[in-house]
Amino acid sequence: MSGPNTDYDPVEVTPLKAEEVEAARDAALTAIAGAQDLEQLKQVRLDHAGDRSPLALANREIGALPPQARKEAGQRIGQARGAVNKALAERQAVLEAEHEARILVEEAVDVTLPTDRRPVGARHPLTTGAELIADIFVGMGWEVAEGPVIEAEWLNFDALNLGPDHPARTMQDTFWTEPAENHLVLRTHTSPVQARTMLTTEPPIYVVCPGRVFRTDEYDATHSPMFHQVEGLAIDEGITMGHLKGTLDHFASSMFGEGITTRFRPSYFPFTEPSAEVDLVCFVCRGVDSENCRTCRGEGWIEWGGCGIVNPRVLRACGIDSERYSGFAFGMGIDRTLMFRHGLEDLRSLFEGDVRFTTAFGSEL
Amino acid sequence: MKAPVSWIKEYVDLPADLTTEALTDRLTMLGLKLEAIETAGAGIEGPLVVGRVITMDPEPQKNGKTINWCTVDVGDANGTGEPQGIVCGAHNFKPGDKVVVILPGGVLPGNFEISARKTYGHLSAGMICSARELGLGEDHDGIIVLPEDAPEPGTDARAVLGLGEEVIEFEINPDRAYALSLRGIAREAALGFDAPFRDPVLRDVPAANAEGYPVVVDDPVGCPVFVARTVTGFDPAAPTPDWMARRLEQAGMRPISLAVDVTNYVMLETGRPIHGYDRDKLQGAIRVRRAVAGERMTTLDGNERTLSSEDLVVTDDSGIIGLGGVMGGETTEMSDTTTNVLIEAAHWDAVSMFRTGKRHKIGSEAGKRNERGVDPTICEAAADRVVELLVEHGGATAEPGVTVVGVPPEAAPIEIDADLPARISGIDIPAGTTVALLEAVGCSVSVAGDRVTATPPPWRPDVTDPYDLVEEVVRIVGYDRVPSVLPRRATGRGLTREQRLRRRVGRVLAGAGAVEVISFPFVGEASFDALGLAADDPRRNTVGLANPLSAEAPSYTTTVLPGLLEAAGRNLGRGAPGVTLFETQIVAIPADKGPAPIYGVDRRPTEAELDELLAAIPVQWTELGVVLAGEQERGGWWGPARTAAWQDALALVDRLAGDLGLEISVESASVMPWHPGRCAKVTAGDVTLGFAGELHPKVCHAFGLPERSAAVVVDLDALMRQAPEVVSGPVFSTFPVAKEDVALVVDEGVTAGAVEAALREGAGPLLESVRLFDVYVGEQIGEGRKSLAFALRFRAPDRTLVEGEAGAARDAAVARAAELTGAVQRA
Repeated sequence: MSGPNTDYDPVEVTPLKAEEVEAARDAALTAIAGAQDLEQLKQVRLDHAGDRSPLALANREIGALPPQARKEAGQRIGQARGAVNKALAERQAVLEAEHEARILVEEAVDVTLPTDRRPVGARHPLTTGAELIADIFVGMGWEVAEGPVIEAEWLNFDALNLGPDHPARTMQDTFWTEPAENHLVLRTHTSPVQARTMLTTEPPIYVVCPGRVFRTDEYDATHSPMFHQVEGLAIDEGITMGHLKGTLDHFASSMFGEGITTRFRPSYFPFTEPSAEVDLVCFVCRGVDSENCRTCRGEGWIEWGGCGIVNPRVLRACGIDSERYSGFAFGMGIDRTLMFRHGLEDLRSLFEGDVRFTTAFGSEL
Repeated sequence: MKAPVSWIKEYVDLPADLTTEALTDRLTMLGLKLEAIETAGAGIEGPLVVGRVITMDPEPQKNGKTINWCTVDVGDANGTGEPQGIVCGAHNFKPGDKVVVILPGGVLPGNFEISARKTYGHLSAGMICSARELGLGEDHDGIIVLPEDAPEPGTDARAVLGLGEEVIEFEINPDRAYALSLRGIAREAALGFDAPFRDPVLRDVPAANAEGYPVVVDDPVGCPVFVARTVTGFDPAAPTPDWMARRLEQAGMRPISLAVDVTNYVMLETGRPIHGYDRDKLQGAIRVRRAVAGERMTTLDGNERTLSSEDLVVTDDSGIIGLGGVMGGETTEMSDTTTNVLIEAAHWDAVSMFRTGKRHKIGSEAGKRNERGVDPTICEAAADRVVELLVEHGGATAEPGVTVVGVPPEAAPIEIDADLPARISGIDIPAGTTVALLEAVGCSVSVAGDRVTATPPPWRPDVTDPYDLVEEVVRIVGYDRVPSVLPRRATGRGLTREQRLRRRVGRVLAGAGAVEVISFPFVGEASFDALGLAADDPRRNTVGLANPLSAEAPSYTTTVLPGLLEAAGRNLGRGAPGVTLFETQIVAIPADKGPAPIYGVDRRPTEAELDELLAAIPVQWTELGVVLAGEQERGGWWGPARTAAWQDALALVDRLAGDLGLEISVESASVMPWHPGRCAKVTAGDVTLGFAGELHPKVCHAFGLPERSAAVVVDLDALMRQAPEVVSGPVFSTFPVAKEDVALVVDEGVTAGAVEAALREGAGPLLESVRLFDVYVGEQIGEGRKSLAFALRFRAPDRTLVEGEAGAARDAAVARAAELTGAVQRA
């Protein structure tokens, strides 16, 4: 490399001669045009546009020229390098296109090959169903309350106005723990969770209680000794049956679709008074041409659960001032709800653990 | 409760154009839920007429049977007026009897078409019908013989037989015992349509007198009212009138004999159970008392029963003759020779009835009504109605003696704010409406300012509380008028941390390919044997069930495994090549704190009382189980299948802990049901979370799983408690990494975990990570030795490491490993 031309003598710098620059440029262009693939082009780029290429080396000599000559030489080199870079880019584009057209096509695979190497997992529809319900209520500002499945008899029955001689106790055939004199049961409903909540919380109370319950039913397509319920409880000043209806209508339309509402029929539950059965507009036929509807079997309505105004006796046993507060409660079977929502034929499919059943529902309902 | 529509209409004048559907719709909305509407004789078509048997010639057949060749007068129904020739196999009739005939062209239930056909050498033109052939009952003893006063031959027989009559079956809730009677149902219908009601118990009854059968009631609480009437000269052979038998059958009761049928009929009519005694078998005065514990009696169902001191009994000089209000005794039972009948209409304490019925497992129609509560004021009327029917249809004579012991209990008045029904229902119900509707249900009502006092009618013992009055008003106003409004917006805090974590655990496991199952928590010793648990394993200490569904599974489980492993075996048995299943099960162990107390309900228990109650409840927690059996990755064009092994179990635990930001460590453990050399105890800090590893081969075999199946059991509650509430944001260096690999030879018994821990300890603060990437056992390193290859990564938080720094740290790590584990760096 020449040193800086400090004395400004007109020096001849060979690499910057026009013919030298042109020759280097033409050699580069020829090589570029001759590159047959991206690999060759990469080498051509190194040889003709790299740090040690003739044009790059020539560029460094510009400083050796007297100031008046530098501009012209700079322009000359710049133009040559521009032409080379342009050619490189163009050739790169051409070769890449060729590569895609050829190599990537050669790399084609059979996308219909199976890819089920890792089996998929799933959560149980009863779990995700309970979550779906809980989320509807959480969306309304309610909380989710839970409790143990082996429960004190007093909490499962007495506190809920089901005294030892209440005929309704015979309606719920109860699993008692051994010895029965210990007054412990497998809870027959999730209502003891409501009692626990009332015993420990000052109103206002807005809780929903999904959970597992037990009754001594023989196991068949529509009965199970273990099933799941969701119950709701609201205790506040001025609570009415209208609030109960509004809440259940909201629940119904959230779970089954816009326009699905409920109706009440008088019924009897010890823990509520007045009490009602709650029916759901059939979400399949919506009550229109119900005759052939397999979901509601021609009724136009689906029996969904029970509800009512919390019996003041229950409030009293749980320490809530029934003069100041009123409340409503409701309950329905999650298993049964899923059965008609998803057209399940046999309750037992929920408890067999067959992965073909569960994976059909995925990880959310 | 089944109620024929015609019977309902006997007591209420319903609108003439009212359909049965409209009636049941309204009654359902009043609280008497429709179960079904049955139509008697559905499926009968064509000419079904009254006939009179003119001739009847028995003709023995070769097959041993005798048939009757009959001619039957069917009036003009056959178009000719000539007698109809019919072959009949039954023998329970005689010439002159009126019978039911279906003529050719008719159809019987089951689409059985009747035509004139040749049989037994005659042209049989029709059929003389039995009740079963008409679909009216199971009675196939013979053909129906109509009473002599039946209409003339040729008349359509449908009306005579009550065909086409609709019977409504209601589901009666336990609080509405009054609706277990036609009286009650008709009253509701009257209420629903504002129609006139005729109360069947409103009748003139003879006054009590001293001539009646002697009755002493020792326990007026258990038996507040006891009415006794007597009839004599009853004809035990007198048939039950057809209309009565038909109504009993329609109501679902079997006709037995006139005397019994009359008591049942009056019970259905009034709701008051009646008991009839053969008076000639009674010895001395009737007494009502509580039994002495251990006393025995035989009820008329033939069962000998040992009594409790709570049972109410009816006695005479011979001893116990009945379980009061529940079931009569054998010794004084009416029979086919009874001519003198003592009629008991008594009011019994409902709680006592319920307890006795439950104790002796007797579910009778009488008990059902007595334990739910019957109108205590109608004993005299009901007894009188029985007398009337026995006299009218059984040729009996009523004795003038009338015994009435006790007075009916009176209902207590209930006071409410006049606007309470409106306040509770959310419907605009004016005070005047409330008063009118309470009166309509039979209350006597008085109003003082804005307070209303209502005394419930005697047939409504269920109405005791202010809210009961609310329900009465609102059900008549109509539940369909309840508005739909949302309560004020609640201010909940969303899901609790535990609730969120449980969902998260499920998602992590499902994301890792596991499928959730839900099993029953019932286990037995066989389940624990299958898990290989020792006889003294604490997991055998279960909460037992007093009334298990199955003797094989009499306990509530202490571990998630049995149901989970069974589910895995079931899947493999059904052809699945492999499964990964998980379950979260609530498990329990006994609290052993004695009985849970039963408190009153007139106040909230105190804190101390609540604590005592909660302490008695078995300890329960959530256990997470995972089982990995068979193929975990399927075989395919990519390569062979990979089946479950111990490390899959640990990998899932790692994955779960990693997701929850929980630092765990593992050490080898030997616990059933795991393989003793392939089980890890999983801990977080000093808390044991659970175990993971390969299942013991015997356990695999017991549950039908392939060997090498693996399982995890974790105390999910403990895991969630240990998980950090808030994960701190990680800080990491972006300076270049320096990688150093080392191969260390150690004795076979030294664990990789120990070597790794030593490396970490020795490597100093520049160490970013250690990862074991190879294990080698072979000749090159000698017997009883193994080589563990680790990749170490070093990085400084604030600068690029200078030459030699990483090497020095590596050497320090190796030196520490040598010191602690005897590791020698492999040449």
